[in-house]
This record gives sequence, structure tokens and C-alpha cells, in this order.
Amino acid sequence: MSSTTHTSTIGAIGAPSRRNTELALLVFAVVIPCFAYANVGLAMTGEMPTGMLGYGVGLGLLAAVGHLVVRKFAPYADPLLLPLATLLNGLGLVLIWRLDQSERLQQLQKNAFGAFNPAAPNQLMYSALGIALFVAVMLVMKDHRILQRFTYISMVVALMLLLLPLVPGLGTDQFGAKIWIRIGGFSIQPGEFAKIVIAVFFAGYLMVKRDALALASRRFLGLYLPRGRDLGPILVIWAMSLLILVFENDLGTSLLFFGMFVIMLYVATERTSWIVIGLGMSVAGAVAVATFASHVQARVDAWLDPFGCYATSGACEQIGQSIMAFGSGGVLGTGLGQGHSDLIGFAANADFIFATIGEELGLAGVMAFLLLYALLIERGVRTALAARDPFGKLFAVGLSGAFALQIFVVAGGVMGLIPLTGMTMPFLAAGGSSVIANWALVGLLIRISDTARRPAPAPAPNPDAEMTQVVRP
Amino acid sequence: MSELTLTVMRLGFLAVLWLFVIVAVQVIRSDLFGTRVTQRGSSRRGGEARPQGRQQASPPAPRQQSGGGRQRRGAPSKLVVSEGTLTGTTVALQGQTITLGRAHDSTIVLDDDYASSRHARIYPDRDGQWIVEDLGSTNGTYLDRTRLTTPTPVPLGAPIRIGKTVIELRK
Repeated sequence: MSSTTHTSTIGAIGAPSRRNTELALLVFAVVIPCFAYANVGLAMTGEMPTGMLGYGVGLGLLAAVGHLVVRKFAPYADPLLLPLATLLNGLGLVLIWRLDQSERLQQLQKNAFGAFNPAAPNQLMYSALGIALFVAVMLVMKDHRILQRFTYISMVVALMLLLLPLVPGLGTDQFGAKIWIRIGGFSIQPGEFAKIVIAVFFAGYLMVKRDALALASRRFLGLYLPRGRDLGPILVIWAMSLLILVFENDLGTSLLFFGMFVIMLYVATERTSWIVIGLGMSVAGAVAVATFASHVQARVDAWLDPFGCYATSGACEQIGQSIMAFGSGGVLGTGLGQGHSDLIGFAANADFIFATIGEELGLAGVMAFLLLYALLIERGVRTALAARDPFGKLFAVGLSGAFALQIFVVAGGVMGLIPLTGMTMPFLAAGGSSVIANWALVGLLIRISDTARRPAPAPAPNPDAEMTQVVRP
Repeated sequence: MSELTLTVMRLGFLAVLWLFVIVAVQVIRSDLFGTRVTQRGSSRRGGEARPQGRQQASPPAPRQQSGGGRQRRGAPSKLVVSEGTLTGTTVALQGQTITLGRAHDSTIVLDDDYASSRHARIYPDRDGQWIVEDLGSTNGTYLDRTRLTTPTPVPLGAPIRIGKTVIELRK
């Protein structure tokens, strides 16, 4: 008696290419900023803004180029990464344009620099450059594993990028932090690019060393403590990020680098002890620096009591204005173009751009933006899960981790959760380096996700066709 | 611009923003990929070597019978590959026929040069006793040390040897 039912095969579902889904979402992602643009114009001047067609067409062209390149060169890539980045970039453009319209900010800039220079056209140009870099990543890098060859070179490159602002004559000290370099009239923030390059190094290094870091350990108080010699790299990175902090006054970048290393170390080794050690070290470093560096000290004071020093310190006034912007936004906000977030003054369209969202779109808008970022990060982590090679996994986790940390650090700083660190909100904030670097980051994630989701190559030859060998005793 | 229009636009914009988020989440939901379990149609198996085929017209009947048999104490619950390239593979025994061979549609696909495409099958009889049957293989199927010529009941833990692969039934 045989039963032939209940036999089932288990096969992999080939991930479909999903390019048409991406296209539909992209159209949606271009329409929303156009809507926002019209909303700002109607609210501020009572008529449709004149530049709307230009921005809409510009953003649409950028999205179209990105989509066509992905369709041609990364057909199996994740369908959400590009639309999410486009939407954030587009809304960033609208918010920057909205702040350009503020007479208070125009006057402020006239007093400081002699002339008003609108930031939105520049931002559109930088977005185009970012898309160009995105396209270059797609065209040049057919496989992300090529980067594995440049593990130690990328370490050197990242260190050089980080040290560039300290070179006399090249680096410029703006706004209390030495993180810019000036080449031919353009100021560049090398730290934004170093973020990506150092992720290559971490991924390549941890891929080779993760067994030593994970397995050779002693158990102590419920934690697996690594051997002394394995602690070397984390100590070096820690010291490096502290040095950046001390010499460049850049709390954000040092936090980003150290945090990214700890995240990747944890993912590579699965040891919770690294997180504990990393958190302990960063707290120790932060406390030490906060007590010695006056720049950081002022930030901490502004964080602890922004209204206590509101009248005396510019940093406190900015944070205070930002917190008031979030507060006056309420749940649904005042509406685009109808808030007073320009009171923040300096850096309202850069570090503090999230305050404008908080005031004009309210809690609902802030949550939507945070979810958009969260979705982008989730897709990055999903890419890491799907990736088949350890380097790709670590690289994707590192990139998304850096992205997540940056958002936490900026949003937390603007909302008064942690001391303000002076980093840019990815894609939203005005700033060329940030937009360009983040487009490259998204390009890399798309490349990894294309490799990860590509259906397996041609199946092995059918075993049924082969002859059975006969046992000859 | 009237207050009403602006309020509508403000709420409309938030709604559109959230709509995008929701659509994106829907895309993720439909994008989950992994493994798919498909029922094999019985027609595919019709042409196979199956000497005493299917007298049973209704599929659930044998399952119930063997299900009754499975309740006995000491009945094997899984099949374990203990030697060969698939060492460690286990298949839960749930009253279904297990086919062994190099053919890609076998329950256990043997990666073994000395196995035939359709080498052997293991199935429960009316009382829930598991039977192994050689399907006319080139090199034969061995239970313990004896080459099978007829369908034979399999005791618990007895090695069934197919080429370089050894499987056994366990509790």
C-alpha cells in the first residue's frame, strides 16, 4: 500500500526583477515634491511658484536617469532604494527652497557675506552630481567584491581624507569645526566620503579576522572578553576617532566612525560583548573630551539647558529655537511655508532642516520622514541578509549602519535628545558633499542588492542524464 | 489663498506622504522571497515504475490508515542519512512514500555515482510497517548485508545501503 499524496517539492522563488514597481514608486516620489512645492508657493505668495516646472522637470530627469541605469545595469536591484532616496532628495530640495524664500534668512546672509545666495539651485546641481556618481558606481563597478581587493588601500585613503582638513592652506575652519577643505571655490567635506571608504576597509578587515575576534575569547562575568591582541584594532579606531574629535572638533564624524566599527564588529562576530565594550569606550571618550575641549563643552551645555543660556550663547539659541519649532508644530504642523523655523537662523537649511519638518509638517510629518529613512535602512539590512558573500554582507550592514547612526545623531541632536554634533541629515540638508556621498552610498547598496537578488546562475546539469556507474567487485 | 485651501493642502500633503510610506511597505510585503512549497501533481508520477501502483482511488484513505499505524509505540518517526554525501539529512516520516535516487524529483536526491535515477522507495504498508523496495536499480539496495529482491520490512535502525549512502529509520 503506498500513498502518493503529500509529496511536495521545495524550490526557491526567483525574486522577480521589480523594475516596473520601482518606476511606479519613482513617479510617485517625483509627484510628492512637486505637490510640496506648489503648497509652499501657494502658502507664501498666494500663487503657483514660477520655478516649479524647472524643479519638477529637473528632479524627474534625475530620477529617470537613475531608473534607466538601474534597469540596464542592475536589473534585479531592490525596488525601494532608488524611490526612497529620490523622494528624500526631492523633499529636501523643496524645504531648502522654502527656507530660501525667508526674508529673515536672506537678510542674515546679506549681513554675513554681503550678498544673498539661494541654496536650492546649488542643491539641485549637487543632486545632479550625486546622480552622476551613482551612475558611475553602476557603470564602473559590475561586482561589489572588486572592492575587497582594496581593503588596506581604502584604510589609507580614508585616513588621508580625514586628515585633509588639517593640512594648512587646504583645510578651512568654518563654524567652529575643521571638517572642510577648499578647492577652487568649492568647499568639500571629506568626512562624508571617508564614511564610505572606511566601510570598505572595515568589511574587508573583519571578513578576514572575524573568527579570531569571535572565537578566541575568555568568559568573564557573563561576557566574552576578547584576547588583548584582538582588542588592537578597536583600540586603534577608538583612538583615531578621538583624535578627529580633538583636532577637528567634529563630534559627529568620530561618533559615526566608531559606531560603524562597533556595529560591523558585532555583526561579524555575534558577540554582545563588543557592543558593551564599544558603548563603554565611547562614553569614556565622550566624557573625557567633553571635559577638555571647550567647543564640545559648549555643545553639552546647550544640550543640558538650552533656555538657561538662551540669551548669551548662539549654540543655545539655535537649539532653543529648534525645540520651539518642534513644539509649535504640534501633531499636524502649521503647513508648508507657514512656520517660523527660519528663526533658527544660521544652518536652518542644513543641520537644522529637520526642525522645519517638525514645525511645518508636525509629528505626523516627522514620523513619516523617520519611516522613510527607516525603510531605506531596512532595505540596506535586507540586502545584507540576502547577500551571499561575507564581504557584501558586512559592507551593506556597515553602509546602512552608518546611515542609521547619522540620522540618529542629527535628528537626536536637533530634537535635544543628545548634544548637537553638526552633521547633515542625509539627502535633506543643504550640502554638496553629503548629497553626493549619499547617492554613492545608495548606488553601492543597489549594486550589492542586485548581486544578492540575482537568480542563481544556470542550474547544474541534470543528474538523471548521467549513467549510473556499475560497482565492479 | 484661503485658509481652507491651505488646510486641505496641508492635510493632503501629509496623507500623500503617508500613502507613499504605506505603498513602500506593501512593496516590501510582496517582495519577501524565500522558498515555495508546491504540491506535486500525481500525474507526473503516473509513468513511474510502480509495480503495485495505486489501487487506492481516494488519496486520504492510506494516510488515515498509516496514520493509525503511526500511533503505535516504537514506530519510526524519521529517516536519517548516516553515511555518504548527504550525511545528517533527516526526513520526517508522515505516511508518505519516500523515493530515493539521482532523479531530481526524488524525495532524497542522492548525489552518488553508484545510485540509479530511481533507485529505491520506502513506504508504509497497511499496518504502518515501513517497507523498502528496490526499483530495479543497477547496483542494488542492501538491507544490512543482504541484497533486496522483494519489498522487505525495515526494522528500526537497520542500515539501508544504496551506493555509498546509508540510511536508517529512527524513532
